[in-house]
Amino acid sequence: MSGITTVDKDIDLQELAAFVWREADILDRCDYDAWLALWTEDGHYIVPIGKGENYEDQVNVCYDDAKMRRMRVERFQQGFSISSAPPADTVRTVSRFVLQGATGDEIVLGCAEHVVENKFGRQRIYAANLTYTLVRTDDGLRIRNKVARLLNSDGELTAFSYLF
Amino acid sequence: MSLDHSPVHPGPAHHTPARPEDLVEHDRVQTPLYEDAALFEQEMEKIFAHTWVFVAHGSEVPEKGSFVLSWVGQQPVIVVRDRKGDINVLVNRCRHRAATVCEVKKGKTSSFQCPYHGWGYGLDGSLRGVPYPEQYGKDFDKSTLGMKALRVDSYQNMIFATLDDGIEPLAEFLGPAKKWIDLFMKQGGGYPVKVLGEHQFTVPMNWKIQLENTTDAYHFPVVHKSFIQSLDKEAEATFNFFDKAGFVEDLGNGHSVAVMIPELVDLDENLDDPIPERFEELAQALRDEGFDEPRVRKIVRATGGAGFNLNLFPNVSLSLAFFRVLRPVGVKETAIRHVCLGMDGGPAAANRMRIRLQEHFQGPMGFGTPDDAEVWERVQRGTLGGKELPILVNRGLVDEVPGVDGPRGHLSAETGMRASYQMWKRMMAQ
Repeated sequence: MSGITTVDKDIDLQELAAFVWREADILDRCDYDAWLALWTEDGHYIVPIGKGENYEDQVNVCYDDAKMRRMRVERFQQGFSISSAPPADTVRTVSRFVLQGATGDEIVLGCAEHVVENKFGRQRIYAANLTYTLVRTDDGLRIRNKVARLLNSDGELTAFSYLF
Repeated sequence: MSLDHSPVHPGPAHHTPARPEDLVEHDRVQTPLYEDAALFEQEMEKIFAHTWVFVAHGSEVPEKGSFVLSWVGQQPVIVVRDRKGDINVLVNRCRHRAATVCEVKKGKTSSFQCPYHGWGYGLDGSLRGVPYPEQYGKDFDKSTLGMKALRVDSYQNMIFATLDDGIEPLAEFLGPAKKWIDLFMKQGGGYPVKVLGEHQFTVPMNWKIQLENTTDAYHFPVVHKSFIQSLDKEAEATFNFFDKAGFVEDLGNGHSVAVMIPELVDLDENLDDPIPERFEELAQALRDEGFDEPRVRKIVRATGGAGFNLNLFPNVSLSLAFFRVLRPVGVKETAIRHVCLGMDGGPAAANRMRIRLQEHFQGPMGFGTPDDAEVWERVQRGTLGGKELPILVNRGLVDEVPGVDGPRGHLSAETGMRASYQMWKRMMAQ
């Protein structure tokens, strides 16, 4: 994140961390309706490939606007996608929070995520750098954009039945 | 032959290596095909070292000095365009002590230098220089110590390489598949086809489980129900294959084609058809950019890709708007690339749409790939049970007819698998 702007002294990192941890808990519980409710309508959930940042014009692992987020959740919930019924069990930890900037009501937060998945009696581990663009609304914090950059994003991955 | 007949009872793979000729009949294949490590070693030698293997698309190495890493079977290679503009496929190994000379996945360079002792190679693999050559004496002949270069040939900018100097030219090997490749490339919509990016993933399965898949339309409505349901009604109808006049045909040499959406076989035809709703926004964007109506229709029609899947033995398929490239990593491990294709110099809006369509279906978080990967892994896992049971590839034999180039079956027939396995048997018998 370039161009760190004035950081509001009132921003409480603990509050932001608690929000992200709540999201992590929601994702581990596959409570996707609750997850959708964390978003503003205009943002994107992106898992990019490589280092590029022109997400719109590059091939990403996923690049979801609100419509695709809803479709993705529907797919998870309908129960006949063989890869997500049942999904892998996951436990994730999110840490190393760094406030990257704040402008107006928008806050950019970076952090690290580890996800351990369990399926077929086999455990796999993934690590990602997460960048959140959060906004303050009358209903509390909401996610406008979330970029999950996997450590091996331009390498060989495996099929995922969950979100990062 | 009846299906309850099961002639082969292979013992444990480590005791008696399975004999390839016993493993493939016309209507069934045997379990060791997926799990016998000794057989896998034979495949690498008898198949991957003696056939044309797809390594890259020409657009991945657009300029002099452009290179991309790839594989021929299990051998790491560098695909590089030299100063004359020729494509070289070089084994990624220094001739001195075997270190890889390049670990950057793609880029541009003027030479390759081994990081270990500094041997330097030109873009054609020739050995240019070694540090302190005096200790090699006067007879040191650099001309014999270039990087190992493979025989290279290409068709429609698809680059293939082989370790065998004696096999037939690529065009002959592809045979009737060539005309399908020609049709597939019409999705450039008047522009050259270009690689826009790729999804890569590994699946714990034998490579042939994927080889079987691309012209197996039978699985599509089952495995990809969640993808189909995520589409609008019009697109859903497009992907409802079995109501149409599709078919699957054996094209010889292990190649096969599955025509799933007959109206999209030739993208230059039917340009007056109504524009599907999901492409309407793109059409308007192109009109706003100043494209006239015939151009708009040609580009829009090309954007969704071709209406058939072409499987080229042994490692690449052409499907919708992407290449699917497989790489055998081990007997139970296969790496897959889904290479997203676009229009080189074409309108950004059309390429953007192609990228979004690719992301919708392909890749580790697509609405299609994870379900494919799951069933492929399930095949490998299920193979552990009832090892004596054959794997059936008999579907559609009942009404298979002679096609233009080979046996042609109902779109849901296993004609494509039979084509692959007969080629497998032929090559393994050598």
